Amino acid sequence: MRYFLNRIGFLILSLWAAVTLNFILPRLMPGNPAQAMIAKQAGNINPTALKAIEQQLGLSHGPLYQQYFQYLGNLLTGHWGDSFQYFPTPVVSIIGSSLPWTIILLGAVTIIAVVVGTLVGILIAWRRGGVADNVIPVATMFGQAIPSFWLGLICIYFFAFIHHWFPLAHGSSDSVNQGYNWPFISSAIYHSLLPAFVVFVGSISGWIIGMRNNMMTTLGEDYVVFAEAKGVSTRRLIFSYAARNALLPQLTSLAIALSQIISGQILIEQVFSYPGIGYGLTNAVSSEDYPLIQGMFLIIAVTALVINFIVDMLYGRLDPRVRRRGATS
Amino acid sequence: MSAQTTISNAPVAAVRKKRKTSALRTFVKNPKALIGAIIFLLFVVVAVFAPLIAPYNPSATDFNMLAPPSAAHPFGTTSLGQDVFSQFIMGTRVTMIVGIGAGLLSTVIAILIGVTAGYLGGVADSILNAICNIFLVMPGLALLIIIESYVNNSTPYMNGLIIALTGWAWGARVMRSMAMTIASRDYIAAARLSGASTLRIIVFEIVPNMTSVIASNVMYACLSALLAESGLAYLGYENVASTSWGTMLYWSSQNGAMISGAWWWFVPPGLGIALLGTSFALMNFGIDQVTNPRLRTSRNKRDMKKLMKELSQKGGVA
Repeated sequence: MRYFLNRIGFLILSLWAAVTLNFILPRLMPGNPAQAMIAKQAGNINPTALKAIEQQLGLSHGPLYQQYFQYLGNLLTGHWGDSFQYFPTPVVSIIGSSLPWTIILLGAVTIIAVVVGTLVGILIAWRRGGVADNVIPVATMFGQAIPSFWLGLICIYFFAFIHHWFPLAHGSSDSVNQGYNWPFISSAIYHSLLPAFVVFVGSISGWIIGMRNNMMTTLGEDYVVFAEAKGVSTRRLIFSYAARNALLPQLTSLAIALSQIISGQILIEQVFSYPGIGYGLTNAVSSEDYPLIQGMFLIIAVTALVINFIVDMLYGRLDPRVRRRGATS
Repeated sequence: MSAQTTISNAPVAAVRKKRKTSALRTFVKNPKALIGAIIFLLFVVVAVFAPLIAPYNPSATDFNMLAPPSAAHPFGTTSLGQDVFSQFIMGTRVTMIVGIGAGLLSTVIAILIGVTAGYLGGVADSILNAICNIFLVMPGLALLIIIESYVNNSTPYMNGLIIALTGWAWGARVMRSMAMTIASRDYIAAARLSGASTLRIIVFEIVPNMTSVIASNVMYACLSALLAESGLAYLGYENVASTSWGTMLYWSSQNGAMISGAWWWFVPPGLGIALLGTSFALMNFGIDQVTNPRLRTSRNKRDMKKLMKELSQKGGVA
């Protein structure tokens, strides 16, 4: 219970930090660029909406604490402002339509990467010093050092532009209607294969090397040596004895790597014009759509924080030591 | 006083020197680390002598447009008729300064925050650790992007600074746990009892004992700074007149290098980033193997065999 409260507390604290950052940043910058943007938009947007946006971006002249509470209130009641670019579409509805794209791609690739990476890590740790143990970590290291967006460009060039095996961009074909119908779903899967592959290559290395190193530690433990001496079958020794205990640190790495995976995906969505929140954020920045920028950042931060919280909860369930100790991180 | 210190320091210095050379030897003997170091040094040479190596002015638009690689232009030309090879060479310098500078700076911040938190403990630790955890879970690139959206026409160096200021959290976490174990050792208690100030203990007693963790963190931080900077530059959040590998990629995608089939324009800068990044990762891997004996594999087996042989020989004699 204490562990649970502790994690909830951290979730609230970090959410508050993200929200406050979003509030402070536009107010910190000298010569707030939002001001110029608003002046440009003055003709297109009705005055009341404009006033709300001004408040949101720190252009009203009320005392700071008053602005802050107003801002918090607006956030909590779902008034995230209207987009400049797609006026008068509220920011919230734009986010609502792009969030599922990101979550599905992110979730699917991360699960595949964790499973594959962990299995490969187990195998190369068992055959340590072998060819695979020498080659795979270096190969995946190269995969990690390649800028993901550049790998995306290369993949588009080779697989989509030259060979037409995959679509060049976007989340689904224009000719299908979005919804729960097979043509749309199959088109979406087809469009997501290339971006998914790029995200996979960028994140697999950490799982392999992390699992390999954890396995090396558990394989050196006395209970594993004892089990081996006792004649436990190899398969059982690897999976039930060593790997089981090496798995927990992988979960901690997952919690930490998440923010990086999400960051990487922003760039990949941009390269593939994939209609998720990362693409939404970069698009909003290039069209100087400040209400949308703020909303997109907030939703990306909230996504990262909430997933992190879920992983933490899972960790607490799986490792009783953490629960008992209460505060760990 | 000075005589005393020299006497007590002499053997320690000798031991330290010996330990350092043996660590260096392990590092050099490790083929992965060695390859990483060689690639890195190559890039350093290119960066230092960049103006001498680059055959043309990187922004001069004097040549045929979109010419494929040839003897005169090893990496071809851009759609504006600039020499890609010269851009690549000059870009090496900017990219390396920003990547390494940001990596070093973020490591310094990580040491300051992590070691202070780990050594002091208590309330200071709780506060610093909470800040650190928040930065850790916050998606870094999204944060960088919104900062950039308010900073107009950021220079590469400005970007490096922003990257360092937002990217120290992982290092601080590692430093903190390392400092916590060191802080509980007897010699730290002795230093405290002898009246050494907190700052002195941190700077002279704790930090020098964390060199391997720090070195490994520098590599990791440089790699992430390199990737972050090139990502930002690619998105166009860097003064587009600057010459870095990231801005080269930005221009190539803005001018449709892909649709023109000009692969020579966008392949070299990305490959440069990947190679430099791999060299950091390889050196980091090498340091890990030096400091964590459990990860040393092939040698263990050999040592084990030697030990078994010796044991059996002894058994034979007895």
